[in-house]
Amino acid sequence: MPEAIEVIFEKYQRKPDQLIPILQNVQRELGYIAPESVRRISRYLRISENQIFGVSSFYAQFRFTAPGRHSIKVCLGTACHVKGGATLLEMLERELGIGCGESTPDRRFDLERVACLGCCALSPVVQIDADIYSRMTVNKLSELLKQYE
Amino acid sequence: MNKLKKKISTAKKKWEAIENNKEPIIYIGAASCGRAAGALELISETEKYIKENNITAKIIQVGCIGPCYLEPLVDIKMPGQPRVSYSNVNVRLLSNVLKSHFLEGVPFSKAAIGNFGGTSFKDIPPFYDLPMLKPQVRIVLRNCGLIDPEDIDQYLAKDGYQGLMNALKMSPDDVIGIVRQAGIRGRGGAGFPTFKKWTACRNAPGEQKYLICNADEGDPGAFMNRSLIESDPHAVLEGMLIAGYSIGASKGIVYIRAEYPLAIERLITAIKQMKEYGLLGKNILGSAFSFDIAIKEGAGAFVCGEETALIASIEGKRGMPRSRPPFPAISGLFGCPTIINNVETLGTLPNILRNGAEWYNRFGKEGNRGTKTFSLVGKIRRTGLIEVQLGTTLREIIFDIGGGVQKPFKAIQTGGPSGGCLSEEFLDLAVDYESLASAGSIMGSGGLIIMDEDTCVVDVAKYFLDFTQKESCGKCIPCRVGTRHMVEILERITHGEGSPEDLLTLRTLGDTIKKGSLCGLGQTAPNPVLTTLRYFRNEYLEHIRDGRCRAIVCKDLIEYRVIKEKCTGCQSCVKACPTGAISGPRSEPHNLDKTKCIKCRSCYEVCRFEAIAGDAIVIRTAEKRS
Repeated sequence: MPEAIEVIFEKYQRKPDQLIPILQNVQRELGYIAPESVRRISRYLRISENQIFGVSSFYAQFRFTAPGRHSIKVCLGTACHVKGGATLLEMLERELGIGCGESTPDRRFDLERVACLGCCALSPVVQIDADIYSRMTVNKLSELLKQYE
Repeated sequence: MNKLKKKISTAKKKWEAIENNKEPIIYIGAASCGRAAGALELISETEKYIKENNITAKIIQVGCIGPCYLEPLVDIKMPGQPRVSYSNVNVRLLSNVLKSHFLEGVPFSKAAIGNFGGTSFKDIPPFYDLPMLKPQVRIVLRNCGLIDPEDIDQYLAKDGYQGLMNALKMSPDDVIGIVRQAGIRGRGGAGFPTFKKWTACRNAPGEQKYLICNADEGDPGAFMNRSLIESDPHAVLEGMLIAGYSIGASKGIVYIRAEYPLAIERLITAIKQMKEYGLLGKNILGSAFSFDIAIKEGAGAFVCGEETALIASIEGKRGMPRSRPPFPAISGLFGCPTIINNVETLGTLPNILRNGAEWYNRFGKEGNRGTKTFSLVGKIRRTGLIEVQLGTTLREIIFDIGGGVQKPFKAIQTGGPSGGCLSEEFLDLAVDYESLASAGSIMGSGGLIIMDEDTCVVDVAKYFLDFTQKESCGKCIPCRVGTRHMVEILERITHGEGSPEDLLTLRTLGDTIKKGSLCGLGQTAPNPVLTTLRYFRNEYLEHIRDGRCRAIVCKDLIEYRVIKEKCTGCQSCVKACPTGAISGPRSEPHNLDKTKCIKCRSCYEVCRFEAIAGDAIVIRTAEKRS
């Protein structure tokens, strides 16, 4: 990890306003914001670890635990809510045995809720990795999970 | 400027070649919405077909033309024929369509929904005569779905950057004058006159000024900005140049949600092309105006749609609003004068500068000039992205454009989570900033969510409040603590444990939050509850008094049942039930143990779509408690 993070730093100036782009890049490369990453960013930008944690915990995008091999995002935007998105989330929580923001013990899946994926006309939608699945039902989703190992 | 003129004439020639194409062109709508519906698979299938059959044809990925319920859309333009549009295309239909065009030389009329050549085909209506499109006035969306968003030449051929050229010939004050005359108001929601903001910033002292494009479309249920950027990114970027020139800014920033990866990708491509064409950088088109555009990805915070919170976020801080004045136009990003305009406002500017203020004044009504885009979602027949003149009534939008509701109409939520929920009596309300405000709602950025009798308004109000409560930044106590209390009360009511006094408490809390919050989030957060209390009081009372949810949504107030007469005992639901609540031997009506049932809907769906009986499992309101 140390090398990876140093490579990321090279792309950014040593200015406090670069904090969020750096955090985003670290998460993209390493999957999450580890305590060690926070320490290194703190040293690089010369701002306190507290401040970095304060900023990163404010935004929904950042996670502090290692993600699973596949990321499931259940859309709970208005249109998806009206069409039953919450039922899909409950079903996933039950089948995977985890809550939002957690990963399964075998690290196969991690689960998240998002406010809106912007595909409201095709609701309810669920995103697994980069693919968005539209007009989902409890049973279709349960079949779909089998495709991911 | 001469260099660009040369580029334009080449671009126009290129466009003519597309219009009078010698080889077939296949257009596939591949914005995020099209992709979710399977557009990428269609692209690879088409490529395969072309290769296997040795056909020379061109595939163009276009953006979103608006009617999302028809996605994925595939259009085919054969040489000498107008473009023909096909909807809800799957792999099988695609192969029929391709065969019909390429082998038989005629459109697959059975499945064609429209053509772009007027009345050239007897059995295929003109696309813009479709009921969803006919009442629309497309200014901002004029290129969406028609041009390749990744090709600057196509934008140029459609008179792109003409508005910028006109602007650069004038003084910045004259440009602001035109914007003033056009009467355009901020499309982000508040409706503040654009020229007023600009004038304040232009007159503010300071060497460095910033222009920020607010593409942090956080409203759940709204996707106008995503669609526009994905389908016509140059329109927004040209608008940024015009705005930057007017206020005297040299740096532009697009603040866009990280959840919109395709939109970001298209912006990056577009910015690169602009640099190649001399539309960014020093002395743009030979003028004294220099401008650069950077992209900042938002990190997921609804409150960052608020101007001062957005600025804090760009500065690398927690996205919390601060009190105003000073307004950002005087002291914004890094303390410099800053203008923040919404994507749609910016996307409209090139049209105003190209066609003039008088032309723009032809649309909309006094005080509410021009058009507005809306995303039409929820329980409506024709969902999608639309653009109408301000002053159009809700009835026209829902019934003429949206095709109405399948079940009886109940309510419409305008303005997203900060807006209000309006009942049937408001259907003839004109959609403009003032009328919506007078009904207790807001224009907002343009999400319209339609609800029918299957939607529980108490549940929806709880949903919105739960959203704003989670997104509250926590700075103002009324917003932080008040919204939480409101959610708790609403939860009690949806569990059937509310008391009549709760309604009064909700109103008092709502009024206090509105008065005691610093930013737009808190000031509007109680709107969904306050409006539903006003227009749907009876439904609240039913939940409280009778423990009844008439829409059959609130889980604690409903139950699942097997209709013995209908059940064929096919065992599908027994297999689907995760808790073993359903039992019974094959071919005999099944039993559903209510104490084990978690109301997960699996059996209901299975029975509807896969079982032999079809509708033996019903969800209904629970029997009245004693």
